[in-house]
Amino acid sequence: MKETPRISSAVVAERDLRLDLFRGVALWLIFLDHIPSNAVSWITIRNYGFSDATEIFVFISGFTAAFVYGKAMSERGFVVAAARVWKRAWQIYVAHIFLFAIYLAEIAYIAQSFDNPLYGEEMGILDFLKQPDVTILQALLLKFKPVNMDVLPLYIVLLAWFPPILWLLLRSASLALVASGGLYALMWWFGWNFSSYPSGSWVFNPYAWQLLFVFGAWCALGGAQRLGRWLTSPVVIGFAAVYLLFAFGIALTWHIPRFGIYVPKLVSELIYPIDKINLDVLRIAHFLALAVITMHFVPRNWPALKSRIFWPAIVCGQHSLETFCFGVFLSFAAHFVFTEVSNRIFMQILVSALGIAFMVGAAALLAWYKNIERKGSGQRPPFVQADLAGGGS
Amino acid sequence: MKTLVTIFLGVLLWPGPALAETPAECRIAENQIDASFPLLEVTKALAKKRLDILVVGAGSSILPGANGAAQAYPARLQNALTEKLPGVTVKVTTDVKAGRPADVMAVAIKPALAAAKPALMIWQTGTVDAVRSVDPDIFNTSLSSGIGNARAAGADSILMNMQYSPRTESMIALGIYIENMRWVALQHEALLFDRFTIMKLWAELGTFDFYAVTKKLDTAERVHDCIARLLADLIVEAAKPGGQLPLDIR
Repeated sequence: MKETPRISSAVVAERDLRLDLFRGVALWLIFLDHIPSNAVSWITIRNYGFSDATEIFVFISGFTAAFVYGKAMSERGFVVAAARVWKRAWQIYVAHIFLFAIYLAEIAYIAQSFDNPLYGEEMGILDFLKQPDVTILQALLLKFKPVNMDVLPLYIVLLAWFPPILWLLLRSASLALVASGGLYALMWWFGWNFSSYPSGSWVFNPYAWQLLFVFGAWCALGGAQRLGRWLTSPVVIGFAAVYLLFAFGIALTWHIPRFGIYVPKLVSELIYPIDKINLDVLRIAHFLALAVITMHFVPRNWPALKSRIFWPAIVCGQHSLETFCFGVFLSFAAHFVFTEVSNRIFMQILVSALGIAFMVGAAALLAWYKNIERKGSGQRPPFVQADLAGGGS
Repeated sequence: MKTLVTIFLGVLLWPGPALAETPAECRIAENQIDASFPLLEVTKALAKKRLDILVVGAGSSILPGANGAAQAYPARLQNALTEKLPGVTVKVTTDVKAGRPADVMAVAIKPALAAAKPALMIWQTGTVDAVRSVDPDIFNTSLSSGIGNARAAGADSILMNMQYSPRTESMIALGIYIENMRWVALQHEALLFDRFTIMKLWAELGTFDFYAVTKKLDTAERVHDCIARLLADLIVEAAKPGGQLPLDIR
């Protein structure tokens, strides 16, 4: 990331494949984590530290958004770039509502078939079907969000805010980053968040998560270059490794509660609760440490990035919106298979592997479509191609 | 010879008296019982040979039907403890009403404590909060205030978290509430009865089929019986006089 070209330069450098690779992997991990009671989700990073795939996804999304739309803004002006960002936000909104319709179908089916005297209380979740007028309206307003459908609304809000932030980033990148950090601090101070229906607030607080998105954008617009010297310093790498080990140790006590007594009370009082809603500082630090270590071991020009082994993850990362949505649908479907067919461990592994295969297949199909579209209209202006490269998602 | 082998096998397989107390299907989850903090008030009550327990709960502390309260875990807990603690008068009173989130129960706890004067409060909560996606901060504050009230009234607390319900798993986000309950319990040095993990373990091992669609109560009753027995084990273990260090308990 540190060698990312300046956006202002006229030459469009080759896309950093590491972004696509890690975003693709993050999408797979999000899919696995979204399947309830899935043994395969033991392999995902949330079990071994503070942060999870969401941080990777949001950071890389900020990075690529700045990369693509920053170029558009410096070449074609604020209005054109803003229009394109908002068009993208609209597409994501439509995708979210489409997923909501699928969710409604699943829950309505389960409401018809579910009956067990043990679960009178849990059936309360089906109450909203009794008043579809309110529920569907609240869903359209992004206030009613089913489980695991919180990332896209966050992303819609982040993109809606993005044009003015991008404008500032292009003029004074550091000022924009400071402003973003200031908003994050104010959020903690005043407890700001968006409200939800029927109660509570957003699972991913946009006031908090914008920090990672803007930080990603800042890195794309030259920030990574400025950090370059720090990122390769042995001291920083050492600190990152120690912190990752510390987080791993703490995470171990979640799975084996009896180890909990080895965590000094002072430490546990200091770190808990590790707030995912408001993007806890510990989570940011964990993500940064992970990023430093990863960049140390996976250089930008690593030849393996172009090999066939990584192609499945890279192609998913290059079509992230579609792959993400398809992954949410597949996780519903997987849960449905567990409920109606079997939830044996063999089935869990099979369903997880098949799900990832479907995601890769869908992304490959999209890549093929884009390829023939591009060939079909050779005289398209170059900025459209930047968008087609999937950067905005 | 055949008869001898049969007798020999019979003797081998004959459950000893200690094992007969808790059915095999419950015992599978025994190591999920974590008595990390002593129940000091219960220890005192046991010395006086009288143990009063208050169960504060919502819909999963009761079973449907006219006989629902008698079949649910609070009534079964009284039986299990009476069996385990000969010579001690055990009385379990309940304040159970379906559909109450933690903040509503936190308010109801004070008068219930005053009426029951228990040495131990068992508080089952979390499901309704997760269903309604109550603000986790409000949830935490309610838990803290409830535990605080119990302590002020001279009672120990055990928090009981949600049931494992695989069919509704993709619809109710329990995770954050489970984490918060664990954290609040730790913060107040209260015990947590991790019903969610216990039931999940039963599901994984095939002890119970929680996916089943049924109107019959038999499985539900066996589940409540197991919960009551494991809860009784936890109470007895955590109330052993001397206040062992967490590691020595196992």
